[in-house]
Amino acid sequence: MPEARVIPLRPDDDPPPQPPPAAPSWDEQLAGGLEFLRRRVTGDYDTDEFGFDPDLTDHVLLPMLRPWFERWFRVETQGLENVPDTGGALVVANHSGTIPVDALMATVALHDDHPASRRLRLLGADLVFQVPFVGALARKLGTTLACNEDAERLLSEGELVGVFPEGFKGVGKPFSERYTLQRFGRGGFVSAALRTGAPIVPCAIVGAEEIYPMIGNARTAARLLGLPYFPITPTFPLLGPAGLVPLPSKWFIAFGEPIETASYGPAAADDPMVVFNLTDQVRETIQHSLYRLLLQRRSVFS
Amino acid sequence: MPPAVVLVTGVSRWLGGALAAELAADPAIGRVIGVDTVPPAPEVLRHLGRTEFVRADIRSPLIAKVIESASVDTVVHMNISATPAAAGGRVSMKELNVIGTMQLLAACQRSPAVERLVLKSTSAVYGASPRDPAVFTEAMQARRVPAGGFAQDSLDIEGYVRSFARRRPDVGVAVLRFTNLIGPRIDSLLSGFLRMPVVPTALGYDARVQLLHEDDAVAVLRQAALGDFVGTVNVGASGTVLLSQAIRRLGRVPLPVPQPAMGTVRKLARRVRLVDGSVEWSPEQMRLLNFGRVVDTRVLREEFGYTPRYSTAEALADYADTVSPVVRPELVGDVTGAARSVVGAVAGGVHAVHAVVRGRHRPAPPVPGLRAVRDA
Repeated sequence: MPEARVIPLRPDDDPPPQPPPAAPSWDEQLAGGLEFLRRRVTGDYDTDEFGFDPDLTDHVLLPMLRPWFERWFRVETQGLENVPDTGGALVVANHSGTIPVDALMATVALHDDHPASRRLRLLGADLVFQVPFVGALARKLGTTLACNEDAERLLSEGELVGVFPEGFKGVGKPFSERYTLQRFGRGGFVSAALRTGAPIVPCAIVGAEEIYPMIGNARTAARLLGLPYFPITPTFPLLGPAGLVPLPSKWFIAFGEPIETASYGPAAADDPMVVFNLTDQVRETIQHSLYRLLLQRRSVFS
Repeated sequence: MPPAVVLVTGVSRWLGGALAAELAADPAIGRVIGVDTVPPAPEVLRHLGRTEFVRADIRSPLIAKVIESASVDTVVHMNISATPAAAGGRVSMKELNVIGTMQLLAACQRSPAVERLVLKSTSAVYGASPRDPAVFTEAMQARRVPAGGFAQDSLDIEGYVRSFARRRPDVGVAVLRFTNLIGPRIDSLLSGFLRMPVVPTALGYDARVQLLHEDDAVAVLRQAALGDFVGTVNVGASGTVLLSQAIRRLGRVPLPVPQPAMGTVRKLARRVRLVDGSVEWSPEQMRLLNFGRVVDTRVLREEFGYTPRYSTAEALADYADTVSPVVRPELVGDVTGAARSVVGAVAGGVHAVHAVVRGRHRPAPPVPGLRAVRDA
């Protein structure tokens, strides 16, 4: 005798429609704010060994960045399915814009638009951590020093790590060289990925080049202030603090297909040829997606 | 096999006394000899039990006689001063730390009975700078070699201990790099700092702080003296807190001061006796409080074989029980709770008014989500 089988009576009946989660009312928001205040005053929140403060990031830093992401730059994200939902991965992106706003927008993109709300743990230059306020805030946002030790530790803990191998050569390049990738460091990011077997996700960011078009570099001022460059834009320092408002360019952030590194084995990190080839491959991929996105874009500001 | 005769230097301080007391309570150990330049305080003395106290300066050759005649087989060296004030000035601190260690090592090298040397070192050897990796493992070195002060002394001492280990390969040498200690009883640098009702911090900086509970510190030292671990190990609790967070959890009031004004504030605090003389802010301590330092403790847990009972947050909470908070957390809870109930009441009123106004103007809309039931 055949086994009893459960036959659904109404197989084509889909589940009842779920009402979308209502936006919290003003009193709920206020109550949440008070609870947040209590946690902050009594120190009742968690931070990790890198100084990352998820409570502050979720309730203050990300909400402050969100209007820029949604309204000012109207960022469009593409290819989010290429970023894994779990586990370590290295997001490698182009760097531009005089001030590294692109890193912050990529953080918002992966947190708000990715289905798994992934946190991007950025790697920053040591200059970031020397500057008061900036360094402390960067750590609270989850940034840590760009060095192999930290990158490998984060990747092996299953974090999504964001790196900009062009560094200051990318952010501080003149406007005339926009969307041409600079040298990709010494390939340290590739060896970190190889050692941990984490996939590399190439990421192209279009729009950041136009926020502060750098038409000049005051080298003497830069040397006096100990900065890698001192930007002169059409509005800065001409208009003073008003010149600090970025131009509202239209942004695209596209994540490309992941390049897997696990099959090379951790020993490949010590093989310079593998590292160079992978570095070039990542660089080429990003440059091609930059050209593709630039063709898609109708104008700089729309 | 447990050691027959253990020599503990720096026994008059809290940690040395606690370790000697712990060892003296163990009947398997033959003799416990404590050495220090000053006799222990009466309350320390009470716990020391059968520990024999020798008042000697480890800088003098007398220490060699003690080691030789008592045929000491295990030496725990923890007489390293972190603050110039406690040692009577920077010159005498350096002399006590470095020359004292050299004398002690010379004596150990001469005595064939010595089988084991435990050095209480510090994670300060990693320095503290904005160029540091977030977490230091034992294999890493300071990015910026700390110049002068405690960290430099500790680096020198570790160097001498390493060359001793080369000359006497038969002696098992364990170097323990401790993070900042805290607890209800210990008088450490950080506990004095955090005891101030208003804690001055550098404006624009927030250090990551890793702590170790005093009980865990004593247990690690004991295990190092009795066990067979050889090598260098970081000793710290799991987890970290930010300095601002630690200050808030203790109910202190943080006072961010611009970096150049820190020296003035320090002098002022001393003058009005907010802090006792032992709280010393050397440049290296300032850097530690700006950038912080975290060490990896995998070797401690897996190779050394000890997992600290207290995490950093728990050690801090245990210490918090001994300081009366300036800002009481219950008070903060009460205030925000009251504010929330006010918000709730106002919101209730507003919703009620809304409902009344809406009800007068138009009938309630049908409940969405209801569907016609299909015939079977």
